[in-house]
Amino acid sequence: MNIGWYLVVSAFVFCIGAAGVLTRRNPIVILLCLELMLNAANLALIAFSRMWGNAQGQIFALIVIVVAACEVAVGLGLIVAIYRRRLPIDVDELRELQG
Amino acid sequence: MSATTWAWLVLAFPLAGTVVIALGWRTLSGRSAGWIGTAAIAAAFACAVACFISIQSHAPDHRVLTSTLWDYANTVGVDARLTILVDPLSVLMILVVSGVSALIHLYSVSYMASDRGYVRFFSYLNFFVFSMLLLVLGGNFVVLIVGWAFVGAASYLLISFWYRRRTATAAGIKAFVINVVGDVGLVLGTYFIFKHTGTLDFEKTFHSVRDVFYSNQPDLVAGCILLLLGAFAKSAQIPLHTWLPDAMEGPTPVSALIHAATMVTAGVYLIARLHPLFEQAPAAADVGAVVGCLTLLVAGTIALAVTDLKRVIAYSTMSQIGYMIMGVSSGAYVAGLFHLMTHAFFKALLFMAAGSIIAAMAGEQSLDRMGGFRRAMPFTFPAMLIGGLALSGIPPLSGYFSKDQVLLDVANRGGWHWALYVLGYLGALLTAVYTFRMIFRAFWGEPVAEARELEQGHLHHVETPFNPATDEPEDTDVGFPGPDHHIAEREGSMRGAMAILAVLAVVGGVFQLPKVNWLEHFLEPAFGDSRYFNPPTQGPLAVSLVIGGVIGVLGIAIAYQVWVRRPGTAAEVRERLSPVYLLFVNKWYFDDLIDIAFVRPTAWVGRFAQQTFERVFVDGTLVGGATAVVRAGSAAVRAAQTGFVRYYAGLLILGLAAVSLYFLLQS
Repeated sequence: MNIGWYLVVSAFVFCIGAAGVLTRRNPIVILLCLELMLNAANLALIAFSRMWGNAQGQIFALIVIVVAACEVAVGLGLIVAIYRRRLPIDVDELRELQG
Repeated sequence: MSATTWAWLVLAFPLAGTVVIALGWRTLSGRSAGWIGTAAIAAAFACAVACFISIQSHAPDHRVLTSTLWDYANTVGVDARLTILVDPLSVLMILVVSGVSALIHLYSVSYMASDRGYVRFFSYLNFFVFSMLLLVLGGNFVVLIVGWAFVGAASYLLISFWYRRRTATAAGIKAFVINVVGDVGLVLGTYFIFKHTGTLDFEKTFHSVRDVFYSNQPDLVAGCILLLLGAFAKSAQIPLHTWLPDAMEGPTPVSALIHAATMVTAGVYLIARLHPLFEQAPAAADVGAVVGCLTLLVAGTIALAVTDLKRVIAYSTMSQIGYMIMGVSSGAYVAGLFHLMTHAFFKALLFMAAGSIIAAMAGEQSLDRMGGFRRAMPFTFPAMLIGGLALSGIPPLSGYFSKDQVLLDVANRGGWHWALYVLGYLGALLTAVYTFRMIFRAFWGEPVAEARELEQGHLHHVETPFNPATDEPEDTDVGFPGPDHHIAEREGSMRGAMAILAVLAVVGGVFQLPKVNWLEHFLEPAFGDSRYFNPPTQGPLAVSLVIGGVIGVLGIAIAYQVWVRRPGTAAEVRERLSPVYLLFVNKWYFDDLIDIAFVRPTAWVGRFAQQTFERVFVDGTLVGGATAVVRAGSAAVRAAQTGFVRYYAGLLILGLAAVSLYFLLQS
């Protein structure tokens, strides 16, 4: 199968993720969309890895999965902390760091 | 031990005294600090005597010794070492300085006894003696300048010793500022000379001066005049003299030590020490001679009019130093130094006696309120009388020989120096008149209440102490004079110091009797190379001595006539010559002139700088401009920080897209 299809799927998934990050207000959904983007990148990495017959891409993908797991742990922790302090679960409301 | 080792010890003792007293201020009780200070200076004097004996054992040609402890800065072209120069001139100076200082320390042990700052006083006093000895022993310009500046600092500390007196702190600042003007002159003058000779060492400078400079070379004359500026500031010569009368705000022993016997003679020492330079620049030396002559006349006339006892003696000091400066600038080195020595004896004695009277008056210094102390103070009176007679140049006391020697040697130069000679005798007449005006007003006449009280055996005491200059009330805590006063009649140590000085003031003339000339022979190795060091050709010696004696007696007779026999005469003269009197009593308006010419413009510039330059330019433009730039920049950057996550994410993605697009287009 042509590598192009894999990349097209990867690009679609990436764009869906990016659009989600940009448009949604719920932090949980934003995290999910981030996961989509990461996995789109993983798909592209593995596709290139297959194409060159080289394992490096796959190792990268594994590392990305590890980082994604960590990121989800931290992100969900933050969301739980926000919930516990009874703050709105809405990224547009959480903007105290504005200049 | 060699002479230089003794000289190092002369320096070491006062320094050790300073440190010990300063560190032990908490533990030294009673008069122990005073005795430690006195012992340190007495030890320095003993070492100075040993140094004198040691140097006399050398052959006359080998009596100029140097010793270097270590290098300050010894690099390309600069040879600044910690060197002392021990020759007959510096030995004479250390003998006079440490000897008179030891006696004044002895006097202060009692005089300052009830002052709360007793320990501090002796620490300062020892520091002063150390600085002065460093100044006179310094073997190069650097050590000289260091000693010179130390002396100025010690003088400042001691004038402002009663630091809660506004007048005293103002006087201290004035003295310090004027002395710093002199210091700048000294440093610049040194530079002018160093530029050509390439060495800071005295010996090397003197050896090369005749090869490097031609006579009256402009650079040398400028350098010497700048050096003279230093000498004038330190020795209170016109126009840098106004600090000296104000310096009388310090305690009386300070006036005796610093502002009569030692520090103010530093300018005389400087000219004598650097005589090879001044001989190669006769124009500069002439400036010194003329200024000295002017000073002795101006100061003498002011002393006729002022009524503050200590200020009369202060103006007298200025006047006598005028003689010395005139002498050493005209080549009369031995005579100038001889007068320096005898003046140290009798002027210290006069100040000590004045201190005793002021104590009997419980701090009052005005001659107008004194009178009739003759019977009440049977010791102070003869002491003051001896000092006064010596100052007036009555034979055979010490001042008689030294003053006439100065004038005679000045006249020996011939030419216009004869004018200085005549004016010098006019000054001598003034000296006798103002000295005995002071003595007659303090000791003759109807006894004042304080004198009567003292005759009854009770020392006058005031309930609220006051500042004698402004009559402001004071207390007796630290920073003000202590509660008790001490007079010579009741304190052994004061009597001892005054007695020794009185003897020296009487017999001090023997060191340089005409035809015997011990001092001249002693100083020959230091001045032998001088053009003017001509063993006696003194023409009108006998005539001069007679004129000197007659003028002294005449002055006393005038004073007796005016202030004792016809007490109203002074007021009459004052009425008739009121413009002259006003000129004298306002000190020839020097203070006002300096105020208008320098103090006020400086204050105006300062105010301008503060109000206009500082506020508008520095605060407004520089500081304000910098903050405005930072503030505007940060406002621009801050606008990017909206706090919306999606805004940041959008920027990120846009950036990524832009980079990707760029690479796509490139490929």
